[in-house]
Amino acid sequence: MPGAIYAEGLVKTFGDVKALDGVDLDVPEGTVLGLLGPNGAGKTTTVRCLTTLLRPDRGRALVAGIDVLKDPVRVRRSIGLSGQFAAVDEYLTGRENLQMVGRLYQMKAGPAKARAAELLERFDLAEAADRPTKTYSGGMRRRLDLAAALVVSPPVMFMDEPTTGLDPRNRQLLWEVIKQLVSGGTTLLLTTQYLEEADHLAHDIAVVDHGRVIARGTSDQLKARTGGERVEVVVHERDAMATAAEVLRGFGKGDTTVEDHTRKLTVPVTGGAKLLAEVIRELDGRGIEIDDIGLRRPTLDDVFLSLTGHAAETADDESDKETAS
Amino acid sequence: MSGMSMVSDSLVIARRNLIRMTRIPEMVLFGVIQPVMFVVLFTYVFGGSMSVGGSTDPDVYKNFLMAGIFAQTVTFATAGSAAGIADDMQKGLVDRFRSLPMARGAVLTGRTVADLVQTCITLTVLAIVALIVGWRTGSAEPTNAGRVLGAFGLLLLLGYAFTWIGALIGLSVRTPEAATSGGIIWLFPVTFISNAFVDASQMTPWLRHIAEWNPFSATVQACRELFGNPGVVQSDAWPMQHPVWASLIWSVLIVGVFRTLAVRKYRAADG
Repeated sequence: MPGAIYAEGLVKTFGDVKALDGVDLDVPEGTVLGLLGPNGAGKTTTVRCLTTLLRPDRGRALVAGIDVLKDPVRVRRSIGLSGQFAAVDEYLTGRENLQMVGRLYQMKAGPAKARAAELLERFDLAEAADRPTKTYSGGMRRRLDLAAALVVSPPVMFMDEPTTGLDPRNRQLLWEVIKQLVSGGTTLLLTTQYLEEADHLAHDIAVVDHGRVIARGTSDQLKARTGGERVEVVVHERDAMATAAEVLRGFGKGDTTVEDHTRKLTVPVTGGAKLLAEVIRELDGRGIEIDDIGLRRPTLDDVFLSLTGHAAETADDESDKETAS
Repeated sequence: MSGMSMVSDSLVIARRNLIRMTRIPEMVLFGVIQPVMFVVLFTYVFGGSMSVGGSTDPDVYKNFLMAGIFAQTVTFATAGSAAGIADDMQKGLVDRFRSLPMARGAVLTGRTVADLVQTCITLTVLAIVALIVGWRTGSAEPTNAGRVLGAFGLLLLLGYAFTWIGALIGLSVRTPEAATSGGIIWLFPVTFISNAFVDASQMTPWLRHIAEWNPFSATVQACRELFGNPGVVQSDAWPMQHPVWASLIWSVLIVGVFRTLAVRKYRAADG
């Protein structure tokens, strides 16, 4: 039984650029899949194919059990889309925007109005409801865009980089909203460039590169493949490095790396912040002065490095080279 | 999608575009100022030196001119449609609409209907200014209110038809800026190689031929005839002999062709 979002061998070519090169996905109902990858990896194209905006050259996709290629109109009734660019009319008020979207989902005027009021309240936009959205902050606009995607409480939601460009506070706010939504049983496909975001929101993560899913799993599984967390210490005195290395070896789950010229020691660990505190206490107890210490979690770059051998930022250049050759 | 949804969805979109107009009144204002400027410039600058049907009387030219200016004005709505739709594409609104279970042609139809409302406003203001500078219906031949209203009807239909060309342009370019210029530059040859501002019978034969078969000329000729204004060209060309029919046929044909092309393009828009 395929999940609420299911794709098999999606291929999409623009000119001689292969944006999708056989994408397979399966998202069980009520779960969140984070589609993680750098710019140009094929995240947005995947979302556009699944939301009927783009016709894949090859492959098959089902959303809410409906064939995307054969019955796009019925798919549109079951999905909500919140794009990378906040797609609201800047000259309409927040209320007018939501009412319009409700009407276009074929709601009657009365219910569309009531639903708009309810969503404005829920997304903390009630006060700004009757101002043109041009006057909204980036975070408010993003919330309105998300509200527009939720007008009919669709069972399947797509969010294309919902927090890109938002400040940390607004990102946090949006995360809360998304979590609430998912706890209500919505199936969500979310694209992001931030491992932290996928970690926070997604049950499962699919890493995309060059139009393919190159790895899949829970965030713990991916991190394990990437090498997991590391403690990084910079000691003040070069003389203390040997002692520090000895301390770290006691906590580490692997070899300790020592960089003499920067006085930096790195060791893979498990145990997170609690372990970090212990390391600090132990170093302190031995009278070692620390310039800097931190728990380093794998970043998107680390994931990419370990999975593909190239860093995330260079993925674009790589694909350019490939298409040129 | 049912016909009902096509109508109601188009109205929802038209309403949205009309609300935008009230929030950006300067756009409506500039839409009005430009043709008013043309009326004043052509009337007072060219008026004294233009010959219509052998007469160089400025009053004759004035009455000759208005049908041309009216027709040119309604076609300039093309740029507004093109820019509006290109803007919706760029801002991601078209993506939002295309992901909704709404009638496929409604976004474009709603836009062209809203543009028609703007054209009505512009044309009303323009007619008043024309009356102020001395334009009179029935100045050459007798006419009546029904015929005058008929002429305005043909003008609005022509304007509506041209906004569908604008819709296609808006979907075909990358930015609203490109849409604005792309929506307007081709209108200069179309509206000037015509009978709008000069007596086409005085053009060199090949140019005259183009002018007489120019869809735009048919409406101008029809308006002159219905307004009872001077300058109705005597010609062998069918559109000049049956300008009202020619105007109707051209406009309906333009809507048919460009609506089909634009809706197809909208459906396939890769944004």
